Amino acid sequence: MQAVLSVREVTKQFGTYKALDGITLDIPKGSIFGLLGPNGAGKTTLIRIINQITFPDSGSVLFDGEPLKPEHIARIGYLPEERGLYKSMKVGEQALYLAQLKGLSRQEAKAQLRFWFERFEIGDWWNRKVQELSKGMAQKIQFIVTVLHRPKLLIFDEPFSGFDPINAALIKDQILELGQQGASIIFSTHRMESVEELCEYIGLIHRSRLILSGKLSDIKKANRTGRYKVEWSPREGGRGLEHLQEQLRISEPVFHPEEGSYTFTVQLDDPQKAAALQLLAGQGDLSHFSEWIPSANDIFIQTVQKQESHG
Amino acid sequence: MGKLGLIIRREYLAKVRNKSFVIMTFLSPILLVGMIVLIAYLTKVNDNETRVVAVLNESAYFGDSFFTEDGVSFVQLRGMGLPAAKDSTIAMGHYGLLHLPNLAGPDQVAQGAYFYTREVPSTAVLQTVESVLEDDLRAYRLESLGVSQEQYASVRQGYDLNTETFSGERSHKGINEFKAIVGGSFGYLIMMFIIIYGGFVMRSVIEEKTSRIIEVIISSVKPFELMMGKIIGTSLAGVTQFLIWILSAGMLLFVVLLFMDIDPAILMQRPGMPGLDQGLADSALAQDQTARLVIEEFIQLPMGMLILFFLVYFVLGYLIYSSIYAAIGAAVDNETDTQQFIFPVILPLMLAIYVGFFSVFSNPHGPIAVAFSLFPLTSPIVMLMRLPGGIGEGGVPLWQLLASLLFLLITFIGIVWLAAKIYRVGILMYGKKPTYKELYKWLKY
Repeated sequence: MQAVLSVREVTKQFGTYKALDGITLDIPKGSIFGLLGPNGAGKTTLIRIINQITFPDSGSVLFDGEPLKPEHIARIGYLPEERGLYKSMKVGEQALYLAQLKGLSRQEAKAQLRFWFERFEIGDWWNRKVQELSKGMAQKIQFIVTVLHRPKLLIFDEPFSGFDPINAALIKDQILELGQQGASIIFSTHRMESVEELCEYIGLIHRSRLILSGKLSDIKKANRTGRYKVEWSPREGGRGLEHLQEQLRISEPVFHPEEGSYTFTVQLDDPQKAAALQLLAGQGDLSHFSEWIPSANDIFIQTVQKQESHG
Repeated sequence: MGKLGLIIRREYLAKVRNKSFVIMTFLSPILLVGMIVLIAYLTKVNDNETRVVAVLNESAYFGDSFFTEDGVSFVQLRGMGLPAAKDSTIAMGHYGLLHLPNLAGPDQVAQGAYFYTREVPSTAVLQTVESVLEDDLRAYRLESLGVSQEQYASVRQGYDLNTETFSGERSHKGINEFKAIVGGSFGYLIMMFIIIYGGFVMRSVIEEKTSRIIEVIISSVKPFELMMGKIIGTSLAGVTQFLIWILSAGMLLFVVLLFMDIDPAILMQRPGMPGLDQGLADSALAQDQTARLVIEEFIQLPMGMLILFFLVYFVLGYLIYSSIYAAIGAAVDNETDTQQFIFPVILPLMLAIYVGFFSVFSNPHGPIAVAFSLFPLTSPIVMLMRLPGGIGEGGVPLWQLLASLLFLLITFIGIVWLAAKIYRVGILMYGKKPTYKELYKWLKY
């Protein structure tokens, strides 16, 4: 697995405040990476370092295996959390300007813009001033400007904040498509549930430190709790829940009178699983059995708690 | 086109296409010319009004001296007493009544003469009337002394001491002031330009912050490039505006004055000074001579050198100040927060202008003038006021000029570097107005 971006021991200090403390992580090529953590954890500082807006006090960042250079800017697309446009400039002119700043020639920029304006069906906005556009419209322009130069690495900082649900879905689809075309994507957000389904890899930042990173499925596996959600109804005349409770560690049982069924959680080690299933199926009607998988948010909270109890 | 070029182009176009900028550019010359024309027109109207003064001459003197001149015409009243003359003057609506009583000699008549008017008489009319009596009195006295007009004229010859510097340069009274005015105009131009367009740079930075586009831009270009592009683009727009102002104001003024048949010289005339008792020819000659000397000096001014140093001081001075303005814009979120930072910036500019006008005018090479022309925040203005005196002997010593330029250059590099640091941090800071202490901390980020 090759990394499009490798962050090595990056530390950044603002006065007496340490914004980043020895961060090391890899963004695999072609992956969607979730950079997660609460507000103020240091996500934006890290992103600004990747975009060469600020520079680390120590540590290094490698892009495609080489140390970050100004030329790399043309291969990165960045949609910042604090984003906007020149209000009194015309849409087309402004998009051309921003694209040219990213290193595109005027002709290339025009061709790309035509493509995207058609895709978003906003061709007639070209000569309108930004101040005449609604917030959602302006955000479409910002998105286009971010991806226009076909960057290898796309960075979205809180991408869905401020988008209405329809536009958010539209943008999400576009991002996924860019991912399929081979771009590597970093999502940075404090709302972990909003990107969990999209991300293959995640990194959790808490208080300037990276506390967890890797493939999301691996992380989830490692954070398995052995808890299973069960819906089960006892067989007519058979033994009830009490019998199960004698043999299994059952918690939170709830009886549903209409269905005549119970839902509960059962704690199982892997070797016990087969026997438990047999027992459940033998003694009644098993309608639901699934492992409870913690969300990124749960994992995050657990990890933070674990760390804090360790000191 | 490089990124810096792109930024300069955008900043220039954004400024030049701005509605209020366009309106200011084209309205200002019209307003300026309109004002000048109005003043000229009013002066002309004022001059054209002829005031009638009634004269009741009961004496044997001053008989044929009252001719219409300088907007005053005279009407002789005869065969009535003073009260009747007053009444008829009022009835006729004349400006005033001059009464010359019947006394023994011209001196006595003049002593006993009275000028009656409805209100306090205007200085211009009073001067005209006085000069009539004065000229006549002089003629009577000369006659009684047996001196002819020609003899008198030869006695009245003025005298100017010839002056020369040790290096052999001819100099004239008032020429220091004149030179300082030429340099002062350059200095004043720099100050105005800095205040107007430095403010534009600052507002443009604030706009980028409030519209939140700044982070999008600096993910593509270096903050320093953006800052310099902004400063250069805005100043090019400023130069464009200045050129349009100068050209259009000049053309408009010329056309309007021609059209309205107003002699441009009217604007050059100084108001007559009371007490100038020289004959008309005399004063014209003197004026002519002064004008000739001024023009001579003007031609002798090292214009090429002046313009060269004007450009050098202008570019460096403007870059220093506008990068400070850019840093201020980056440090705050809105324009109302800028006041506390702007005052210390304008202070040295004002100081330079005042020191220039009070100290450099009287002694271009005195210690105050030298100090302020070396200090980099004031030197662009003060040195330009000293430079019309030339470089080297009799002018600005070469070492002072070089030292001044060196300090300016070092300050330029230092200030731009500091401003860029504050700018780089400030553009990404939102929310609160920073204190000076925080600005200092930013330098270390």
